[in-house]
Amino acid sequence: MDVIFAFIQGAIGQGVTILFGATGEIVTEKSGNLNLGIPGIMYMGGIAGLMGAFFYEKSTPEPSAVMGLIVSLLTCLAVSFAGGLIYCVLTVTLRANQNVVGLALTTFGTGFANFFGGSISKIAGGVGQISVATTASAYRARIPGLSKIPIIGKAIFNYGILTYLSIIIAVIVTLVILKTRTGLHLVAVGESPATADAAGINVNRYKYVATLIGSMIAGMGGLYFVMDYLGGTWSNNGFGDRGWLAVALVILALWNPANAIWGSLLFGALYILYIYIPGLSRANQELVKMSPYLVTILVLVLTSKRNKPENQPPGSLGRSYFREER
Amino acid sequence: MSSSEKRNGRLVIHMVKRDTISRPKEWGIRLIAVALSLVVCAIVIYLITRQNPIEVYSGIINGAIGTSRRTWVTVRESVLLLLIAVGLVPAYRMRFWNIGAEGQILMGGAASAAVMIYLGDKMPAGASLILILVLSMIAGMIWGLIPAIFKARFNTNETLFTLMMNYTAMQLITYFIVYWENPKGSNTVGVINQATKAGWFPKVFGFQYFLNVLIVAVVTVLMTVYMRYTKQGYELAVVGESANTARYAGINVRKVIIRTMMISGAICGLAGAVIVSGASHTISTSTAGGRGFTAIIVAWMSKFNPVTMIIVSVFLVFMQQGSIQIATQFGLNENASDIITGILLFFLIGCEFFVNYSLEIYREGKEG
Amino acid sequence: MAQENAIELKNVTKRFGEKVLANDNISMTLKKGEILAILGENGSGKTTLMNMLSGIYFPDEGTIIVNGKEALIRSPRDAFDLKIGMIHQHFKLIDIMTAAQNIILGLEGSNRLDMKSVRASIKELTDRYGFDLDPGQKIYTMSVSQKQTVEIIKVLYRGADILILDEPTAVLTPQETEKLFDVLRNMRNAGKSIIIITHKLNEVLEISDRVSVLRKGRYIGTVETRDATAESLTEMMVGEKVTLNIDRTEPVNVRPCLEVKNLNVRSADKTRLVLSDINFTANTGEILGIAGISGNGQKELLEAIVRLQNLESGEILFYPEPGECVSLQNKKSEEVTSLGIRMAFVPEDRLGMGLVGSMDIIDNMMLRSYAEGKSAIFTDRRTPKELAQKVVDKLEVVTPGLGTPVRRLSGGNVQKVLVGREIASAPKVLLVAYPVRGLDINSSYAIYNLLGEQKERGCAVVCVGEDLDVLIDLCDRILVLAGGQISGIVDARTTTKEELGILMTGGKE
Repeated sequence: MDVIFAFIQGAIGQGVTILFGATGEIVTEKSGNLNLGIPGIMYMGGIAGLMGAFFYEKSTPEPSAVMGLIVSLLTCLAVSFAGGLIYCVLTVTLRANQNVVGLALTTFGTGFANFFGGSISKIAGGVGQISVATTASAYRARIPGLSKIPIIGKAIFNYGILTYLSIIIAVIVTLVILKTRTGLHLVAVGESPATADAAGINVNRYKYVATLIGSMIAGMGGLYFVMDYLGGTWSNNGFGDRGWLAVALVILALWNPANAIWGSLLFGALYILYIYIPGLSRANQELVKMSPYLVTILVLVLTSKRNKPENQPPGSLGRSYFREER
Repeated sequence: MSSSEKRNGRLVIHMVKRDTISRPKEWGIRLIAVALSLVVCAIVIYLITRQNPIEVYSGIINGAIGTSRRTWVTVRESVLLLLIAVGLVPAYRMRFWNIGAEGQILMGGAASAAVMIYLGDKMPAGASLILILVLSMIAGMIWGLIPAIFKARFNTNETLFTLMMNYTAMQLITYFIVYWENPKGSNTVGVINQATKAGWFPKVFGFQYFLNVLIVAVVTVLMTVYMRYTKQGYELAVVGESANTARYAGINVRKVIIRTMMISGAICGLAGAVIVSGASHTISTSTAGGRGFTAIIVAWMSKFNPVTMIIVSVFLVFMQQGSIQIATQFGLNENASDIITGILLFFLIGCEFFVNYSLEIYREGKEG
Repeated sequence: MAQENAIELKNVTKRFGEKVLANDNISMTLKKGEILAILGENGSGKTTLMNMLSGIYFPDEGTIIVNGKEALIRSPRDAFDLKIGMIHQHFKLIDIMTAAQNIILGLEGSNRLDMKSVRASIKELTDRYGFDLDPGQKIYTMSVSQKQTVEIIKVLYRGADILILDEPTAVLTPQETEKLFDVLRNMRNAGKSIIIITHKLNEVLEISDRVSVLRKGRYIGTVETRDATAESLTEMMVGEKVTLNIDRTEPVNVRPCLEVKNLNVRSADKTRLVLSDINFTANTGEILGIAGISGNGQKELLEAIVRLQNLESGEILFYPEPGECVSLQNKKSEEVTSLGIRMAFVPEDRLGMGLVGSMDIIDNMMLRSYAEGKSAIFTDRRTPKELAQKVVDKLEVVTPGLGTPVRRLSGGNVQKVLVGREIASAPKVLLVAYPVRGLDINSSYAIYNLLGEQKERGCAVVCVGEDLDVLIDLCDRILVLAGGQISGIVDARTTTKEELGILMTGGKE
């Protein structure tokens, strides 16, 4: 029983980061922007939150956990926003190729995070020495009382605030896309910007807003990883490939964040599966760690074989839009 | 209000796609972008280090070509980036978004490492070198072939497929490292055949990296000929333009996709050999080190023109090597070079807009 | 009195890039409660002008006055606010959405969608004008005329008083066109002002109150329809008195060249037959026309013959010389090409199939023949270069040079390059689809003459067309497709448009 709990909790712990990233990427892709910079933005969001908390905690003798949370959340959102803005200016306003910009942004974001991560580690006294325990405690706080309920409390109420937030955001985004005028217009922009434009929808504004909001949601995935998962510290490249898994999850979820909730749990489970398979040699563990990528490939192949129009990527995904083109 | 007609008071900014642009103007715009990017980099470096930017740039130049060893490293890294970009050219000309160069490089590198470790001292040097080159190309080819087959058969999205292949390759490398680690328990492979130098690219005419340069030069020339003058090069360009046109022309689209990706993968695999046998003499998950991604940008921005690719590769590597040097000089960490590269790329990518579009700014003649 | 005109254009000019002057100093008016036809050849600037009224383009110079007030129409939204609605030739609909979702797209209102009340108001509109539409139906499952209905309701739903229809009848049968015209007349009687863009003279004469004519981006004049004749309008449109006669010769040396037997072809999604039970013969020295409403199997039929479509069943027999017979049904398209069967094909999608837009004329010349030549590895560039020069000289292609990407050429010149390449191999069979679509009159007649020459040379020409008047004048026999079946094969010299119209809707003779 305990093993199962530990497994589920571990899966959720891995899944939350991916879910934030996937929800952010879905919002972005719905507007027709394939942002391959999301992994970089998640890195940037993570390090920004950490730096915010670090300098806040350093600046005052008795840091408050709540203030730390607010400061780190704001710095995370601001830097993620800036990352998204670079992408938007280049792809929407300057109409550069989306894939190329995305890859450059990921290179930049990863370097940005490792650079500042390394630098503040040095200020803090060496690799692994950085710690923002006070702020992290706010992120890791459990709901008092509820988490003590046997079984249910342990299974449902035993997570930090960002875990719940990731699910709430995914649900809200789903509802907005399916049930509101904003969602209808967003889908139209992603499917066919020319049509949306002719219908009087401001295509570029939707692309900007969706991409910026998507970047901020994704950045929170990095924040979760740093604050809740790692408990307020940094290791260079420690975030690994979670950002790319988030991009992959978008496909598994068929561009619906509600599906991404379950998908993130699956990816999270695959990510830690090797720990729970008894008798694996060290080498074979590495092979089991391949499973999330293999599953994604499998999903890719399966979705490309069936072709229901509603389940396909947004029609204009990856292409810039210019009205007076003829 | 569309952004293409941003109204600023009564001033109207209007974007018009250019029909043609003169060569000097085109390169002038790019030079301005490079200059601007250098200014921005200087500001960023200044903000971080508080050093005089002039000193910083002389540090960069010093780092890139300050000593003969540094110059050779810059050359080695430039030709390597060029080789990968050249490998990507046929795929991108075919509009196949191969972002799996990282994985293809890793597999090629793994093949080279395997030959060096298991056969290096059991074969004559020449034979093992040829085996390394052939096997690394085959390994990269297989890694490129797999997504191509699915693209050809089911039109599976190759961008994400090749991306996932990168991480599968990385896991395979960690798997191999378990068996290859040296010393035991270190979880790294260490320098292979340090004593015997078996399987290492030999010095030619006293130059350590002569063979690296030679291989890249040969591949670049062959690829240019292949793209411009052969039937296969013509076929893949048609496929890239439109699969429908290709079918109309009697081209077997599936065959062309698979063949082209085998070539692309093989060259990236060869780049793996050039890294492992020709430079680092070890292997790890960071052997490709993001070069596969940077090379995409090099190939794309150069519009597959070999001369432009050389210029862009040298420029990027020059700045990278230089910023690694200033990072040490000023006690920063080595990731500073990624930030610098990122900024340069943003400017270079962004300036293409001004090459393709012209801005007309004029006053509106009446009340708005 | 100021309110008499719904729209007034004053000295409107629009350029594209440095060279293209799409509209040059145009002044004209639309009166309230009239149907105004805007007539002009392809490329005369009709659509560009109307796109400026609907906010797609913004004029470089000039003023637009709507209901007596000067208006700046900078976006489609501005146009809606002025109650101007445009129904584009290429429908602007989102395929994966329903009709109702498309109709409310872009409208403001409470963010929470109340689709029930939307559907109710749509039903009110469809009932009033007698349209047949299910608001919950997804666009990708709709026929062309259903999509057009959605477009018209979309505009009405927005309360438009001024409607602009760009070539609305291009995709309709004569019968559907009549129905549309009835609706338009109802709308005019209800006080709406309507502009209809077209290049079909008979429709202009039938539906409009006044006609404004454009030529090469310039405004030529406006006449009352009741004072106009087909000849007078043509003269205004073309600029000189032209005799629009196609020189049709009597077929000589007629013998079967291509025979299609019991052909069935399934759609790409395998759900239905797009061609069923097709039987016909194309003869040498003859032009066989194929008529039908767009999307009734014409494209699939030509592609099936050159083996770009998978066949469900049937035979395709090719008789290169009397007594010789090659069956094509089991061959792949590469094999058909490599057999050296001289079968030329000018597809409907010129830059998306027939030519490579980003390549120059020389490279495009070798598209179908690049595999030939002495070397197994390298391409032969000399032959295509000579051919390119020949095509450019003979067909008078206007181009800056042989090295110009064909995408940069005008529509007529693109078509000349394509047709020129295809007939250069002296084909036994020439298949052409919509050869003059998008071309001006002079280019069109140049193409008709080329088809005539091929016929006289002894080639079997198969021509898919949309203009029934032209098919009747150009062809020797006309095959009519309806719903993927042959509804009749008639003698072009004796048939009438009415007869073809009935056949196009599936009515057997």
